[in-house]
Amino acid sequence: MKELLEGSMAVAEVVRLCKPAVISAYPITPQTHIVEELARIVADGRMNAQFVNVESEHSAASVVLGAVATGVRAYTATSSQGLFYMSEVLYNIAGMRLPVIMTTAARSISAPINIWNDHQDVVSLRDSGWIQFHAEDIQEAVDLHLIAYRLGEDKSIMLPVMVCMDGFILTHGLETVDMPSPEQVDKFLPPYKAPYKLDVENPLTLGPLVDPEYYTEARYALNKTHEEALALIPKLAAEFAKVFGRTYNGLMEGYQLKDAEKVIVAMGSVCGTIKEVIDELRAKGKKVGLLKITSLRPFPANAIYDALKNTPKLAVIDRALSLGSFAPLSAEVKAVFFGKPKKPKNISSFVVGMGGRDITKDSIKEIFRLMNGKDKQAEFIDLKPELLKESYD
Amino acid sequence: MFGPLICKPGSSKSNKTGPWRTESRPKFLKKDCIACNMCVLVCPESCISGQGKNTYDFDPNYCKGCGNCAAICPKKDITMVKEEGTQ
Repeated sequence: MKELLEGSMAVAEVVRLCKPAVISAYPITPQTHIVEELARIVADGRMNAQFVNVESEHSAASVVLGAVATGVRAYTATSSQGLFYMSEVLYNIAGMRLPVIMTTAARSISAPINIWNDHQDVVSLRDSGWIQFHAEDIQEAVDLHLIAYRLGEDKSIMLPVMVCMDGFILTHGLETVDMPSPEQVDKFLPPYKAPYKLDVENPLTLGPLVDPEYYTEARYALNKTHEEALALIPKLAAEFAKVFGRTYNGLMEGYQLKDAEKVIVAMGSVCGTIKEVIDELRAKGKKVGLLKITSLRPFPANAIYDALKNTPKLAVIDRALSLGSFAPLSAEVKAVFFGKPKKPKNISSFVVGMGGRDITKDSIKEIFRLMNGKDKQAEFIDLKPELLKESYD
Repeated sequence: MFGPLICKPGSSKSNKTGPWRTESRPKFLKKDCIACNMCVLVCPESCISGQGKNTYDFDPNYCKGCGNCAAICPKKDITMVKEEGTQ
């Protein structure tokens, strides 16, 4: 049924429909509305789940780790500093192969303190072993949660999945969302059956100390499973389309790629703005397109290569930095083409929309304009030079 | 794909750590034992067992030769002897 919903309410509702047995979270802007609503749902008896109040994100992550280790479905959500406070536990959740599902309301990181949206928090966790999806709009955020549970709990995968949605823009924005029915969700998402779990009748140890004889293989298997997830995600997306009637690729989405001479690669809500600019420029005969990356991990390198190998000019938009090096997404997109027979003539890298600075249609048009010149390296768009000085004397 | 992930219980039993013992091992004389059970209680490896007087002994598969049993024995019925093969 189509409803006008705030992003956080829509996510809370789809999590209710996924029936986690345990929810644990610590409030942090801009994630708060999601877990506040879930706490209300549980308190009102609309959901048979235990909502565990905790004193920190580290504890919230530990609670959901423990819950999934006992063989039940669990859910948590966080943002920014909260995600970092969780991070030690997050690597353990992935290494212990426990399919925790988490929403991250993507937000900037301190210092300076800033509560608005960019991707610095989530992109920093790209090497944690978690599968990482990025939603463009609220509908996609809702749908990705359903795919996330199916994917993470697949017996061949058994990995945690992070669904990233842009803080405020998606968590607090209102959108008409086609909410799935309980019957549809039950059809797509069967109850979780853990292949291994903590059970006093059949004791076992998860996450034990292993010496150099064993560690390499544990990490190798984790990496290989991400490759296996690459193959499984489009299949699950196709199954999703059959049940819910909305079609995704799950890994990425091309928009006006055919015959495009200039293509922007981006993630998250900015893709909506880019699509609008593309429509305007296409109306004037400009051959422009977008490649939206939905799955940052696993990174769909081969699919990106196939989609963009004949594109003359590429620009990668990062809303994160790898301080002291290339912008992270741009580095990975460039790596896709290294040593390959076909590649774009130009690949430029732009940093935009940090700490919630608006990315306007003009910002995107400026990027398309700048793609005419030499390759840009982590070029900041909409930078205010008047705020910068060389020394503090 | 899965690598090493789970340990079944009992791994401390299957790993025979007795060879870590380097210098000495206890010798249960079995003459004056009163079955007070003190050696069992102080053994950090829980590798001493016995039922009744002069029946107590240790399991060399796990004993590290710490000497707690010999030190606690009120009847001096346990002594530490040089580990075989050491000088």
